[in-house]
Amino acid sequence: MQDSDLRLDGNAAGGLLNEIFPFEMTSAEATCICCGTVKPIGQLMLYHHGMGAVLRCADCDTAMIRITHIRGFYRLDLSGISYLRIPDEIH
Amino acid sequence: MAEQFISRGFKGRRRGTNSELKGRIPPGQYATEEFPVLSAGPTPRTLLERWDFSIYGEIAEDLKWTWGEFLKLPRETATVDIHCVTKWSKLGTVWSGVSVDTLLEGINLDAQPDVGYLIAFCDGGYTTNLPLADVRGGKAWIAYEFDGKPLAPEHGGPARLLVPHLYFWKSAKWVRGFKLVKEDRPGFWETAGYHNYGDPWKEQRYAGD
Amino acid sequence: MAQLKWQLGTVLEIRQETPTVKSLILDLRDWTTHFAGQHVDVRLTAPDGYQAQRSYSIASPPEDKYLMLTVERLEDGEVSPYLTDVLRVGYQVELRGPIGGYFVWNARDSRYNDSPLLLVAGGSGVAPLMAMIRHRAISNSKRPTTLLYSSRFYEEVIYREELDRLVANDTSLRVIHTLTRRQPQNWTGYGRRIDRAMLAETAWLPEEKPLAYACGPTALVETVANLLLELGYESGRIKTERFGPTGG
Repeated sequence: MQDSDLRLDGNAAGGLLNEIFPFEMTSAEATCICCGTVKPIGQLMLYHHGMGAVLRCADCDTAMIRITHIRGFYRLDLSGISYLRIPDEIH
Repeated sequence: MAEQFISRGFKGRRRGTNSELKGRIPPGQYATEEFPVLSAGPTPRTLLERWDFSIYGEIAEDLKWTWGEFLKLPRETATVDIHCVTKWSKLGTVWSGVSVDTLLEGINLDAQPDVGYLIAFCDGGYTTNLPLADVRGGKAWIAYEFDGKPLAPEHGGPARLLVPHLYFWKSAKWVRGFKLVKEDRPGFWETAGYHNYGDPWKEQRYAGD
Repeated sequence: MAQLKWQLGTVLEIRQETPTVKSLILDLRDWTTHFAGQHVDVRLTAPDGYQAQRSYSIASPPEDKYLMLTVERLEDGEVSPYLTDVLRVGYQVELRGPIGGYFVWNARDSRYNDSPLLLVAGGSGVAPLMAMIRHRAISNSKRPTTLLYSSRFYEEVIYREELDRLVANDTSLRVIHTLTRRQPQNWTGYGRRIDRAMLAETAWLPEEKPLAYACGPTALVETVANLLLELGYESGRIKTERFGPTGG
C-alpha cells in the first residue's frame, strides 16, 4: 500500500470547508507555520481519516488544518497555518 | 426540520451483528473481516537502524532500547478483539510484541506514585494519552507482529502500541515511546473532540459521553 | 459565496461509457451554474440513517442545462456501485455543489489569456477535463489545448468518439492517448505509463507559459506534477486533482 492510496488533496475538502466558511475555500491560500510554503488549500494533502479531516502541508507534512464534526459542533484547529488568504469570490 | 432524503435501494457497507458474537461486540459496533487502514498522515518509514523506543518524563529514570535490544526482550503473543471508534470491530486478532509491563520494569513506579499518566508519541507526530494503570497488568503491548508477520507500515509498523480494551485510536501507530507525567495531557484526537478515555463498552466515543 | 445546501437531482438518463463507467445525467431544480473543473459531493443515506459521501467531478460544461457526472464503478467501493448498479432513471440523488475554485478553467477568464492548455488525465480523471474541453468547444475558444489521456485498455477510453469528433473539427485541439496495459493491433499511440519522455514529446514548452491540469489516480497525478516541474513548468501553473487509489 502506497501513501498515495491514503490521501486525496484539498479539493475533496471543499464541501466540508464550505460548511464552516461562507467562501469557496479550495483556492484560499494557506501559509504553513512550519516551512512557510504558501499553497492553495486545494493543493494540501487531505487525509480523510474516518475520525476527522487532516490537511497537511504538501512540502513538510505539518498538519495545517484539523477538522472534526462531533455532536453538532465543528472543531477546527488552524494552528498549522500562519496566514489564510481567502478570495471573496471565485475568479 | 426537513426529513432526511433516503437513497432508494442503498444499504451501505455496514453489516448487522451475528447474534453469536453479540457479547463480544460493544454497543454501536459491527464486526468486520477486513482490516481498514485509517490514516491522519503519511506513513512514516523509519529505518530500523534508526528506530528506538524511549520511556522518560517526570520520572527519575530514562530508558531506551534500540530495535535489536527490543527484539531481545521477552516476547508475548496475544489474541484480542479490537474496536475502532468508526464502528468496526475485528475479533480474534493475533499480535506479538513486548508487554508494556516488561518495559516498565526498569522504572520504580511505587516510589513515584503521583506519576499517573503517559503520553505516547510517534513518528509523524501523532500522540495519545492514557492513564498509566491502563497499560499495566497485562493490558498493553508494543506490538511488532500482526497475524504472524512483521507489522506492515500502513498498520503501524515497525511497532505500534496495542491497548485493546480501549478504542483503537489509543493503540498508537508508529509509536516511539512514552512520556510519563503527573497530569493528563489530551493527545491528537482527544483535543479534537474525542473522549479522553475511550471505553468501547461504555461507548465513550466523544468528549462528554 | 453562500453555504451550499444539499439538494436533489433526478436521474434523466444513464449512459454506459465503458464496461465499468457510466455517466448520469441529472436534472437539478435548484442548480445555478458552475465552472468547468468543479465537482459535487454526493451523499447516500440508508433507511437506518447510515450515510456515505463521495465527490464526483462535473463532466458537463456550464452551458448545458443538465448536469453530467461520470462514475467509474470501483470493485470495493461503497458509493460508486450504487450509482452504477442500483440507480435507475427517475431515481433521485442527493448532492451539493458546485465545489472548487482552484481546479477550474473558464474560457472567458482574461488571466492566463495566452497560455496554451495541457490537460493530463488518468482513467476517470478525464471527467473534469472533459467539462473544460466541452466548455472550450461551446465557447468557440481556439486556445491551443493538448489532452494527454492515459487509460489501461482501448475499451476503457471514456468519451472516445466525442473526443475524435472534436479533434476532427478543431485544429487547435490535440488528443494523445496512451494505453498502459494492452494496445489493439495497428495502434500507433503510446503504449506505456506517462513518463518524462512522453511529456517531453507532448507537453507545451515552459517558454510558452502553459497552464496544466492533471487529474486522476493520486499516484499518476503526483508523478505528472513532479515531471512537469522537472521539465520547467512553474508550480503555480500546475493544477492537480487527486482521485484516490483507483485503477488507472
